[in-house]
Amino acid sequence: MINDIQFDAAGRLRHFLTIQGLSRELLVRIMNTAESFASVTEQQVKKVPLLRGKTVVNLFFENSTRTRTTFELAAKRLSADVLNVNIATSATSKGESLLDTIRNIEAMQVDMFVVRHAESGAAHFIARHVAPHISVINGGDGSHSHPTQAMLDMFTIRRVKGDFTRLKVAIVGDIMHSRVARSEIIALNTLGAAQVRVVAPKTLLPADAEALGVEVFHDLDRGLEGVDVIMMLRLQKERMSGAFLPNEHEYLDCFGLTEERLGMAKSDAIVMHPGPINRGVEIDSKVADGPSSVVLQQVSNGIAVRMAVMSMLLRGSDEGTIGGSV
Amino acid sequence: MSERRIVIRGGRVIDPANAIDACLPVVIAEGRIVTVGDVPDGFAADHEIDARGQIVCPGFVDLCARLREPGQEHEATIASETAAAAASGVTTLFCPPDTNPVIDTPAVVNLVQERAESAGMARVLPIGALTRGLRGKELSAMSSLKSAGCLAVGNAQRPLENLLILRRAMEYAANCGLLVVIRPDEPYLHNRGCAHEGAVASRLGLPAIPSAAETVAVAQTLALAEQTGARVHFGQLSCSRAVAMIAEAQGRGLAVSADVAVHQLHLTESAIDGFNADAHVNPPFRTEADREGLRRGLAQGSIGAICSDHQPHDLDAKLDAFPSTEAGISSLETLLALTLRLVTERVLNLSAAISRLSRDPAIIMGVDAGTLSQGAKADICLFDPDLEWLARPPVWLSRGRNTPFWGDPFTGGVTQTLLAGRTVYRRFA
Repeated sequence: MINDIQFDAAGRLRHFLTIQGLSRELLVRIMNTAESFASVTEQQVKKVPLLRGKTVVNLFFENSTRTRTTFELAAKRLSADVLNVNIATSATSKGESLLDTIRNIEAMQVDMFVVRHAESGAAHFIARHVAPHISVINGGDGSHSHPTQAMLDMFTIRRVKGDFTRLKVAIVGDIMHSRVARSEIIALNTLGAAQVRVVAPKTLLPADAEALGVEVFHDLDRGLEGVDVIMMLRLQKERMSGAFLPNEHEYLDCFGLTEERLGMAKSDAIVMHPGPINRGVEIDSKVADGPSSVVLQQVSNGIAVRMAVMSMLLRGSDEGTIGGSV
Repeated sequence: MSERRIVIRGGRVIDPANAIDACLPVVIAEGRIVTVGDVPDGFAADHEIDARGQIVCPGFVDLCARLREPGQEHEATIASETAAAAASGVTTLFCPPDTNPVIDTPAVVNLVQERAESAGMARVLPIGALTRGLRGKELSAMSSLKSAGCLAVGNAQRPLENLLILRRAMEYAANCGLLVVIRPDEPYLHNRGCAHEGAVASRLGLPAIPSAAETVAVAQTLALAEQTGARVHFGQLSCSRAVAMIAEAQGRGLAVSADVAVHQLHLTESAIDGFNADAHVNPPFRTEADREGLRRGLAQGSIGAICSDHQPHDLDAKLDAFPSTEAGISSLETLLALTLRLVTERVLNLSAAISRLSRDPAIIMGVDAGTLSQGAKADICLFDPDLEWLARPPVWLSRGRNTPFWGDPFTGGVTQTLLAGRTVYRRFA
């Protein structure tokens, strides 16, 4: 299997690169583990000693404040040592190859890489080449995958909605370039969501989008009709002017989530966004800050979910096994 | 050594140009074919080759193989890659002009040919640059390139600035009697893509190249071929639709031909799954329907030649995130075995398969090669269709080990190659 690389010889989860190829049981176990850490993070003393003596390296080839910070907090709350390496301004810009960068940091006796990179497949490449004792977490690679974001979104949905099998979910926006959307689609389908929709203009949809396991809508009102969960995606600034869309006003008109549009969804629908939000472009402030929004819960859940994934990868227990599904 | 008088005995001779498929001796003297058939009375061979159990056929003519010299000798050299060619039964190969310096002057043409001659493993015929420096702006000195020995001109994988340049270049090439080789790829539609725009690239989130990048370029080029009267050869097709467009133009009598890279006849977009950079090629592997269309075009003859599209790389070229890896496969040494697989899979019969590797590409280029006719150069490939081997050393000779077939078992391998009657490769059992 193509994603066997995520498991060690004993079938334990070794790397966390993509949701593709992970069983429903494993995703549920991640959420259950995250649930136990969520209570930790709500306590006065927020640390547990699970990863004492371990070193986690945040290897960010692409700038990100939020994701890096939550990974850092997650590692620290597990008592791991954390090293932040910002490569966007470092080695590779001096001509060092990706592999050389990895080899050099690897030589510092570290245990885990959290990798963010602008190109799809970077985390797979690194996982294929790291020393056998090192685990790799994909913190977002190109337009491919952002599995911890997907899991924190699933965790947030589960906390609010419970059962996935009755849920209709609409993912709205730039599906083509979104690693978050790709990971969410796989996670939702793996967890048995009743329906996964994507809503986007044709210019922001990948070819054969249906093959990802979704129903495609080009009209936001129809796409939101009767849904339980609305997942908005961030529209990158460089895509707003000309190449993919005429301008941001037209985007807000056609695909922006306003209070009125929210009315198309179920009355108890929740609104999610991976951040950072472009207020007034993909989402109206009244919705982003309104009662349906769970955007801030997503952020705090992100720490618990990342703690769960890190501890499952590094503790070497059987918590990360495939669970007899393979 | 080439003065030697040689008889190859016991082999099954397949020479599509002369419709020969029979067990006959092949008689060679002074580097040329004396006859295929009865050994002439009084012919005293000073060397006999026992070809029992083997196929004896014309040496292969490869329309697209990069040797990386001059300019990229860290990846491969003319000597290393022509040795790989000899081991692959290829005796004549055409190298694209995207060397460094570009093949846009007689001096570079001569340099390549001299180095190939001193290596002495295969005939190397450079394709001249269509535009100066391959920059797509000004015409190259095509007449001088022709005088230096070029039979064709092309712009490799580099774009032309606009269609007016292409029109003028085609007119001028036609005027010089040069074939124009086009790798059809509309640069703006190609954009920064690295994989076929389809289900696999969508799932992997890879920047994608639509089929239209190829079909639009084919349509434009066909219209200009009709306008200018230039002879055009389309290299390394990847889309079923492009094959149909070319077949239609051929049906109208247009002087256009096409080839396909051998790996395109076998692999599809799913080969890149798991971000397998060894399957990163340009044009990309497309759908099963495309592969079937390519196979059909090959069987029907609208695609006249199978080429290797050999692109050896050093190890570093594939060690990066998929979009940053270099495209291309080191493919000379799998050329025959993958072609024979088409015979097993009933796409072509054996004679047609050999023709697509030898006689047909020779006709496209107008080069004196690809036959065992009386008086022809004794460029001969002997292969054992049942030989089993693994794609790895010590068999593997190319510097480039970048192939999705690395380590795979193959059936059918070259046992001996003769260049003008001289043995340039021999497999030791």
